Amino acid sequence: MEVNSIENGIVIDHIRAGSGLKLLSHLGIDTRTDTVALIMNATSGKHGRKDIIKIENLLDVDLTALGLLDCGATVNFIEHGKLVRKIKLSLPERVVGVIRCKNPRCVTSVEPAIPHVFLLVDPDTEEYRCEYCDESVRVNER
Amino acid sequence: MGAPRGLKGRSLLEPGDFTPGELAELFDLADEITESPERYAEVAKGKILAALFFEPSTRTRLSFETAMLRLGGQVIGFSEAQSSSAAKGESIADTVRTVGCYSDITVIRHPKEGSCRVAAAASDVPVINAGDGGHHHPTQTLTDLLTIRREKGRLTGLRVGLCGDLKFGRTVHSLIRAMRVYEGTEFVLISPQELRVPAYVIRDMEERGCPYEETQDMRSGMRGLDMLYMTRVQRERFFNEEDYIRLKDQFLLGAEQMRWAPSSMIVLHPLPRVNEIAAEVDADPRAVYFKQAKNGMYVRMALICALLGLAAR
Ligand SMILES: [Zn+2]
Repeated sequence: MEVNSIENGIVIDHIRAGSGLKLLSHLGIDTRTDTVALIMNATSGKHGRKDIIKIENLLDVDLTALGLLDCGATVNFIEHGKLVRKIKLSLPERVVGVIRCKNPRCVTSVEPAIPHVFLLVDPDTEEYRCEYCDESVRVNER
Repeated sequence: MGAPRGLKGRSLLEPGDFTPGELAELFDLADEITESPERYAEVAKGKILAALFFEPSTRTRLSFETAMLRLGGQVIGFSEAQSSSAAKGESIADTVRTVGCYSDITVIRHPKEGSCRVAAAASDVPVINAGDGGHHHPTQTLTDLLTIRREKGRLTGLRVGLCGDLKFGRTVHSLIRAMRVYEGTEFVLISPQELRVPAYVIRDMEERGCPYEETQDMRSGMRGLDMLYMTRVQRERFFNEEDYIRLKDQFLLGAEQMRWAPSSMIVLHPLPRVNEIAAEVDADPRAVYFKQAKNGMYVRMALICALLGLAAR
């Protein structure tokens, strides 16, 4: 399957097959107006199958949330048809407002209007801890 | 001698917030206040401490209030959530922000874990965590450390025994976290199988390369200890009554057990105790748990001075 290259925008490549739709929903894209291509289960020499997202005329994305969703993906920034920057995503050190704390004894369960904040403990196990109560969570088990 | 300069304006939310160097300065100040209390009797004149106790804890509240009064300052606050605006549904952040307009320093105790962090974020004045649920109680840890330093003359090279409920005992977890940074610390963990320390506490010790042993036998565990930290094995921690009855007497400290202990081994307990230390041990010079309570007041006096940047004239 072929989708035309873009002039300006971003290409998120090497997305774990099946995760593309979830990533797309976190990008805050207006699907009524933005030009978006989601390619699912593309063949990839390295990974077997992968998803790819291409978005035209968007250069500002929240890499923190993306890294948390799929730390194996890469983000390519394209300007005037040329690759100007390539970023390999990684697990963010600090995540605000993405993971919710499930500890019923945590202050986040009663206090309105405070952000849920998680800090990276161990990149190998993808373990995070709540900044308030230290409850740990592994992001892949969410 | 002045207050430790690096601590002025800061908050104390968990035991690891201060470096060993900052703690040493704080304990030096506590010693100085103990020796010359008259030089500190008016340093907090004109200052107000707000004690916000969303759950009752008479012992801790009195310790803070006494500390502030002995420094010449004044105290406002409430001692249970029912009498506060929290009963009307006000958020912690709003309560703390409002009270911060009246006071120079805020002490908060709240049943929810991490509540002190919400308070500190909302407050313009220093915040001291006086217990956030089962999470942290850093001034208890400061009290324990000051007591050890005073009784043993050092915080390094100690063989530290902890006995009883090591699973749920938050003071135990905090003390391990605080002691593991000192050179040469070794831990002996004496508890029933069901109440062993949680995995993250084991990880705390391993991260620092601290040697530790786990045992269910008090007698062998006490060999070579410099100090023994006792906690209570509570009935409600057991699923069945039989296990509780089988185990409850194996982790009690009486005169007989004290005969197994080294002559220089001090005994600490966060208090209140029930029956885990027999009254007959109280007269033993190695029992220092009542001195701990007094040290708790001095260390809180030092802490208030340090966070407010108060110095003796
Ligand atoms: Zn939490």
